[in-house]
Amino acid sequence: MSMDIFLQNVANSITLGSLYALIAIGYTMVYGIIRLINFAHADLLMVASYIAFYGILVFTLPWYWAFIIAVVLTTIMGVSIEKVAYRPLRTAPRISVLISAIGVSFLLQNVAIVVIGARPKPFPRPEQLVWNINMGDISFLSLTILIPIVTFILLLLVMFLVKKTKMGIAMRAVSRDFETASLMSVDVNKVISTTFMIGSALAGVGGIMWSMQYPQVDPLMGLFPGIKCFIAAVMGGIGSIPGAMIGGFVLGICEIMIVAFLPALSGYRDAFAFVILILILLFRPGGILGENTVEKV
Amino acid sequence: MDDKKQIKFILNIAVLALICVFLWWGNDNLSSFYIRILNLSAIFVILGISMNLVLGFTGMFSLGHSGFMCIGAYVASILTMSPASKEIIYFMEPITPILAQIQWPIFPAIIMAGVVAALFGFLVGIPALRLRDDYLAIATLGFAEIIRIIVTNTITITNGALGLKNIPSVKSMWVYWGIAIITIIILKKIVNSSWGYSFKAIRDNEIAAEAMGINLFSHKLLSFSIGAFFAGIAGALMAFLITSVDPTMFRFTFTFQILLIVVLGGMGSLTGSVISAVAITILMEVLRVVEEPINFFGLLQIPGLPGMRMVIFALGLLLVILYYRQGLMGTREFNWDYILNKIDSFRKRGASM
Repeated sequence: MSMDIFLQNVANSITLGSLYALIAIGYTMVYGIIRLINFAHADLLMVASYIAFYGILVFTLPWYWAFIIAVVLTTIMGVSIEKVAYRPLRTAPRISVLISAIGVSFLLQNVAIVVIGARPKPFPRPEQLVWNINMGDISFLSLTILIPIVTFILLLLVMFLVKKTKMGIAMRAVSRDFETASLMSVDVNKVISTTFMIGSALAGVGGIMWSMQYPQVDPLMGLFPGIKCFIAAVMGGIGSIPGAMIGGFVLGICEIMIVAFLPALSGYRDAFAFVILILILLFRPGGILGENTVEKV
Repeated sequence: MDDKKQIKFILNIAVLALICVFLWWGNDNLSSFYIRILNLSAIFVILGISMNLVLGFTGMFSLGHSGFMCIGAYVASILTMSPASKEIIYFMEPITPILAQIQWPIFPAIIMAGVVAALFGFLVGIPALRLRDDYLAIATLGFAEIIRIIVTNTITITNGALGLKNIPSVKSMWVYWGIAIITIIILKKIVNSSWGYSFKAIRDNEIAAEAMGINLFSHKLLSFSIGAFFAGIAGALMAFLITSVDPTMFRFTFTFQILLIVVLGGMGSLTGSVISAVAITILMEVLRVVEEPINFFGLLQIPGLPGMRMVIFALGLLLVILYYRQGLMGTREFNWDYILNKIDSFRKRGASM
């Protein structure tokens, strides 16, 4: 493999890794607090891209307004999903909540199919954000730089929120011990809502970035990125925000590099993530940054 | 007491005989469309109760059912297709020579499909069943996807993304409902055996079950493999019903439908799964209406909404899980005692009046 192709692959894997990381943060935060794989998180990605898509094409909004509206609406949607579908089941067995999450995800996908149609549509990339950069022999899109920067800024913001603010402290308390936190006069419902708010906003930003990088929107577009990002979160150690970041990058780099070095395996690309997941769960169930715990009575 | 046992035995035989009469009548008198729907519901009955064994009775949230179905469907199709049609269909790359000349009868192929699926279930279960709850869900979902991806890529065996066509067609209701009824009887026996009690103990409290001397891992593996076996058989039947298979058929959506059946019927009730499997399959056909354009006396035209059925089912699942979590039957089963007692008390009331 020549140097420039290798560098091209490095650029691709960093972009993919940042996208995974961005979405994985939402998964890891929600799981950290209510121990639930939020299957609907993946579909919020799709919702955000569609809102941005319609905002730009149908309502002819400037791209920044379309993006802002998309993120805001996605956030509202994420919070309301928690209120309607997860909150009533808080004391129910975990399997029930999980089924509810799968139900919400399936509902969103199919509503999208009914309302928008199952055919994929091309996503309009705003010219102000996407242009070609040529450096010697390699050329890449401006997104290759933009996406990691956005991811990094958002990561720092979330880290600040969780580590330094009062709400962040409450979040960590709730994720440690639900009941004790509520006895310490932490408003658990508010904390959970805030968590979903942050997670959904990140999913919204992630969705828009995703559809700019791979400019196509379709109702099932969230499915695979969603599952893979959850895997990234597990790899990094579920519940840990830097872990999600590391997991996302490791997964993105692995996927691109394995295909780059072993082209014969390119058909199996979507299977890598699951193989990695299973290996991680078997040999280091806590993930890279997590701690291994044994459930007791 | 013996008297009652005898009555129940006679009643069971009578119901079986009634079903046989219906199948015999239906095979000749029902239109092929209705027969197809009834056969499809038999397949969903098998899928529903086998997933219920894993999810409802053993408490393992496995989302891998469509993967095992996929294996079953492919094994059965490759074993039964005629060498001539294999030559035509595998035009991208020829089929592996060992498989090219094989042509088995239907029934051994169905059994083989189950056995191979169970073998995969066993192999998948060894790593996956060390996990619990949501991790198990995501890992089994992953395995099902991996199976699908492997099937798409092993072109010399499965013909890849093009899928298989010209699979021998089986139309008789005897085959589908016969296998469905045998499955119900076998699973009922399993659920009421000491294995079944161990499964339920594991579902209710793993740690307590382990303390009582139940080997968690081997029982989970057993339940999982049995589930995979019947999923494989259902997959084989699906192949014979539709006469063509391709990897996209066995997406996660399929597992969702089975999950819907299990949740709606009640997790932990075979009767519930049987009822809801038949009901949902029929509803699935009835609700086709909403996906077609509706015309109100030429005054108002509502365009068809493709995908609307799935929206309705997803809403149904959410409503059940939010407001009626036990489902149709909860963990109760149909039994004759209940009905006999009802009749008894009715008769007594009649006598006292």
